[in-house]
Amino acid sequence: MTLKEIAEILNAEIITDSANSDINIQSACSADMMSAVLYYHTPNSLLITGLTQPHVIRTAEIAGIKSIVFVLDKKPDAQTIELAKAKNISLLSTSYCMYTSSGRLYEAGLPGCLNK
Amino acid sequence: MALNINETIEGSFQLVGGNFATAGEASAQLKHTLEGLGVDEGIIRRAAIATFEAEMNVIIYTAAGWLHYYISPDHIKIKIVDMGPGIENIELAMQEGYSTAPDWVREMGWGAGMGLPNMKKNSDEFKIDSVVGEGTTVEMKINFP
Repeated sequence: MTLKEIAEILNAEIITDSANSDINIQSACSADMMSAVLYYHTPNSLLITGLTQPHVIRTAEIAGIKSIVFVLDKKPDAQTIELAKAKNISLLSTSYCMYTSSGRLYEAGLPGCLNK
Repeated sequence: MALNINETIEGSFQLVGGNFATAGEASAQLKHTLEGLGVDEGIIRRAAIATFEAEMNVIIYTAAGWLHYYISPDHIKIKIVDMGPGIENIELAMQEGYSTAPDWVREMGWGAGMGLPNMKKNSDEFKIDSVVGEGTTVEMKINFP
């Protein structure tokens, strides 16, 4: 699934679009706990979260996550956006909650990172 | 890409407790070093996750610490030494879900009680020594395939 398709499914605003925006995102995980994000780690995956601090970007970088969706219309600050640009990670923001965002993407065919 | 390591490559990072602005940068730099050396992607991810969890523990819980790494042709060793409060019950701290993190740490997305278990899970050898009031040392070894 491409970033553009994800943005359409979630009616999401693309905050920053990395050079990798045409990559095929193969799975997703939903978490607000960063250790859970690290536990799920899967290459080319999407993170759905309600946290917008810079360390979310650093966690994503370590976990191999290429795109992040912030739920409930949350918007990251300038520092987070700049870090995401530097790390080549795309950021989106949707008005849906975490549960609905996950459900819509799963229904559209995007599986969970752990596949269980 | 062939592995470009002939002899042990060493490096260190100083970590400052409470410095969330750059937290994780040491692990990210180590990750890039391993990428530059042509290390297997799966090994890099395990090393990066184990190091990142350890780095965040130093940032969250301690005044300061050091992260040392030693990359050999067939493995990487990571040693994290901190000057923190120490861990009273290591057996308990190793249990998934056990955490002593205060609310402000949890609000930042840390303190899930997964840090030490994640480090152990991603290491081939894992050792932890801690003295209450003095600090904690974590040593991790990951073998290359």
